[in-house]
Amino acid sequence: MSEKKLAKASSKNSEHEYTGGLAVIAPDAVKDPGLEPHRTRMTDKSVKHEKAAARQVAAMFLASVLGSAFAIYAYFAFPITEDLGTVRNNTLLLGLGITLGLLGIGIGAVHWAKTLMPDAEVSEERHQTRGSEEVRARAIEIIKLADSESGFSRRKLIRRSLYGALALFPLPAIALFGDLGPNPGDTLRHTMWKKGTRLALDPTGTPIKAADVTLGSVFHVIPEGLAELDHHKLEEKAKAAVLLVRLDPNDLKESAERKDWSYDGIVAYSKICTHVGCPVALYEQQTHHLLCPCHQSTFDVTDACKVIFGPASRPLPQLPIAVDAEGYLIAQSDFNEPVGPSFWER
Amino acid sequence: MAFMKRNANGARRHPMAAILVIAAGLAVSGGGYAAATAAVETVSPTSAAASAAQVDEGRKLFLSNCASCHGKNAEGTVNAPSLIGVGAAAVAFQVETGRMPGQASGPQLMVKPVQFTQEQSDAMAAYVASLAPGPEVPTAAQIAANGDSERGGELFRINCAMCHNAVGAGGALTEGKFAPALKGVESRHIYEAMLTGPQNMPVFNDANLTPQDKKDIITYLKFVEENPSAGGYELANLGPVVEGLFTWVFILGFIIAITIWLGAKSN
Repeated sequence: MSEKKLAKASSKNSEHEYTGGLAVIAPDAVKDPGLEPHRTRMTDKSVKHEKAAARQVAAMFLASVLGSAFAIYAYFAFPITEDLGTVRNNTLLLGLGITLGLLGIGIGAVHWAKTLMPDAEVSEERHQTRGSEEVRARAIEIIKLADSESGFSRRKLIRRSLYGALALFPLPAIALFGDLGPNPGDTLRHTMWKKGTRLALDPTGTPIKAADVTLGSVFHVIPEGLAELDHHKLEEKAKAAVLLVRLDPNDLKESAERKDWSYDGIVAYSKICTHVGCPVALYEQQTHHLLCPCHQSTFDVTDACKVIFGPASRPLPQLPIAVDAEGYLIAQSDFNEPVGPSFWER
Repeated sequence: MAFMKRNANGARRHPMAAILVIAAGLAVSGGGYAAATAAVETVSPTSAAASAAQVDEGRKLFLSNCASCHGKNAEGTVNAPSLIGVGAAAVAFQVETGRMPGQASGPQLMVKPVQFTQEQSDAMAAYVASLAPGPEVPTAAQIAANGDSERGGELFRINCAMCHNAVGAGGALTEGKFAPALKGVESRHIYEAMLTGPQNMPVFNDANLTPQDKKDIITYLKFVEENPSAGGYELANLGPVVEGLFTWVFILGFIIAITIWLGAKSN
């Protein structure tokens, strides 16, 4: 900062008092009520109470000692074995011991301060933040001295190369954001299902025959071959999970374009909620309502899984199904829309 | 006697007389019914097989206890579904848990004190099974809790946990319906429920969950019932709402109490 600028800044504020910063002080502000009248404590009035308080503080510290010792004892006396119940005993007793160890010190210290240390109320005025004229002049002198000794103003090459170094120094941190990717690409739009993939039972992967899906049943379905995947098994399952239900064909309300997506009353819908992606799997056999356990979105299985309650905004995507020559249920294609929660490009 | 009063004929009658007459009438008719039922029981065969006599006894019980809703031939009415083809397992589940005979219409039939003896229930199951083939009552070997509890746990989480909770603590459905807690439910009733899909529970036939799968699920449920929770006090296993409420009320309450104590002046 040049000398001229500094001089200007100080002269501009010289006639003002630095008291309330930028705060506007109203002339009729509420009056400072001051400190409450001092109340003498029982521990100051009687020696008996003082001694009792001292004993209480010491008792808390002793409790802490006992707690810490008990924690060490509990760690060895209640080891974790094969039995799951021992985990509970070990962590519970160890935790209680450590809790007592810390709380004893804390409560004892606070009790000590509150009952035995001096409790006279003290107030201290805030002092001005602005230094005296001499201090300010001296500070400017030091800055100027540093500038002339380092040659910061004079040595342009050093100064500008330093600016460059400082400007580039944070850039690698920005480059590291690249690790947040890669972008999902079109993986959100496709699942493992394709023409001819058999519908299989979760988790065994046994293919399902249409004849096995009796009225009122619900099957939790994965694509056949999912269990044999080497990579991304969970990602694929999270997208491809399907719920299979057989309804009385008279109960189904099917639009003309979806007429051949079901097979003899058997319909397959994505199990991934269109709200935030929980597995929608609470199927009420008599009402044909499908509920999401997370936020109670309710879908009507008879009517294209339209939302009839809750925060989900889109129906569950339907998987078009058919039956192959051996009687097994197969997918006609992938889902015709992305499964799961909405995202902005869909 | 001031509390006696004259009726129109001038005869004296105690005010309790009417109640006594009704009670006597009830005792005679009820006792007669009980005696008749007992008489039927004594003629029923002791063998477990669904003999013609057992089916006949079941039909009588059905006609006197169930037919008003389910129809005289179990064909169903507007009030209740047809029982043709539901099998012995459905009758065993509904009657032995006290859900049937239903007490009142409502969102869901509740568990009540069981209304029939085991013999009567078996007879009705034999009668309903004789109408059309349906799911059979499981054998003792099918429900023995000696399967693979780990595999059963996985199957339970995939097929059952969304309604019944991950450890079978039960949960809410829509409009007053709920999935009951599975703790303390007898293994055969769990098996029969999977097989028949009572009320709003879906059916899990043997192609969906094989008898071995069902046995593993029962093994898992009995395991979590008999073993303590590793995480300490489980707050009825009801999940994040209960846990959050506990934290808000008790843990935050404790923190607020400590804060007030810290700020208060010593007496």
